[in-house]
Amino acid sequence: MHLAYPAVLAVLLFCTGLYGVLARRNAILVLMSVELMLNAVNLNLVAFDVWLRDALHGGQALTLFTIAIAAAEIGIGLAIVLAVYRNRGSSDIDSLRDTAETDDAETLPDEVDADAVRDTTADQATAPAGKAKKAEATA
Amino acid sequence: MILSATAGHPGFLSPTGVEIAFLLVGLATFGAAVVTVTTKQLVHAALWLVVALGGIAVEYLLLTAEFIAWVQVLIYVGSVVVLLLFGLMLTRAPIGRSPDADSGNRWMALGASVPAAGALVWVVVDAFRTTWIDLDGPAQGSTKASGEFLFRNWVLPFEALSVLLLAALVGAIVLSRKDRQDRKDRKDRKDRPDRSDGRTAGQVRPDTRARRTGPDRTERPAADREDNS
Repeated sequence: MHLAYPAVLAVLLFCTGLYGVLARRNAILVLMSVELMLNAVNLNLVAFDVWLRDALHGGQALTLFTIAIAAAEIGIGLAIVLAVYRNRGSSDIDSLRDTAETDDAETLPDEVDADAVRDTTADQATAPAGKAKKAEATA
Repeated sequence: MILSATAGHPGFLSPTGVEIAFLLVGLATFGAAVVTVTTKQLVHAALWLVVALGGIAVEYLLLTAEFIAWVQVLIYVGSVVVLLLFGLMLTRAPIGRSPDADSGNRWMALGASVPAAGALVWVVVDAFRTTWIDLDGPAQGSTKASGEFLFRNWVLPFEALSVLLLAALVGAIVLSRKDRQDRKDRKDRKDRPDRSDGRTAGQVRPDTRARRTGPDRTERPAADREDNS
């Protein structure tokens, strides 16, 4: 068999998984796309192992290990997604913005106090707005 | 490689039967994968993932890696997809079409993945243009061969992997288990109409914290009295 067939199929599957990881909104669909990427890597490993006729069969052994690690990964990932769903009421990745760096939410409280003492009311107006946005995101 | 020497470089235009089968199954697999990442129905995505993973198992069979093919069927099709379906059910995924399955950066994702696919296909085809896999002879991935290389050369990683699986099991249980503090909070908040569970202790709004310290203050002396007596 021509080696290009499994290699090209693996490339296409990997890029499909890449698209899914970047474009999907639901966390479980992102996990599915990660599984597609892992399977593309497995296909490459098996194809090159069969091509090289390795005495140790490192490609196939690594494929088995990757499958086991992917099973563990999906278990942990689903546990995390379920915990997020229990806390937030949705498994929507785009709404998890607690650690996003917005301009007004990342000022420390000490700096806010110092600025409030030193400056005029302009800073006082923006800083609580950032805090309120942050609280809204965590609620 | 030996096949190419004997048959004199078969080339792309005279494919063998195995290559035709690989191509057809590969097309089906790729189509199922594309539907998996583009469909709007979440449960259908999981079911198309079954088709894609099963197609990859058939490709393993065509590459004479039998044992990995059956492991793929057992673990991926058998357990991972079932886990994903359970996850979809537990997060109350809508059954019908959900219009917000794709996020806003869909076109950026398309712009990232399509050029990547094009460049990689170009590189791979150019690199392996004159390379053939010799599939003749004894199967390289039969169960006997797999057992021999796995338990002769790869025993230590195999055992380490069992430790990792145990750690993953314990970790999944710890992550998905509600601890007692959380349950007590939920019991406290159950009578409130606007309860929104899961807010951790550090993020509680000031008014709810004040309300919760009320009964605690009355309980705490009682507990101290029990300790003293």
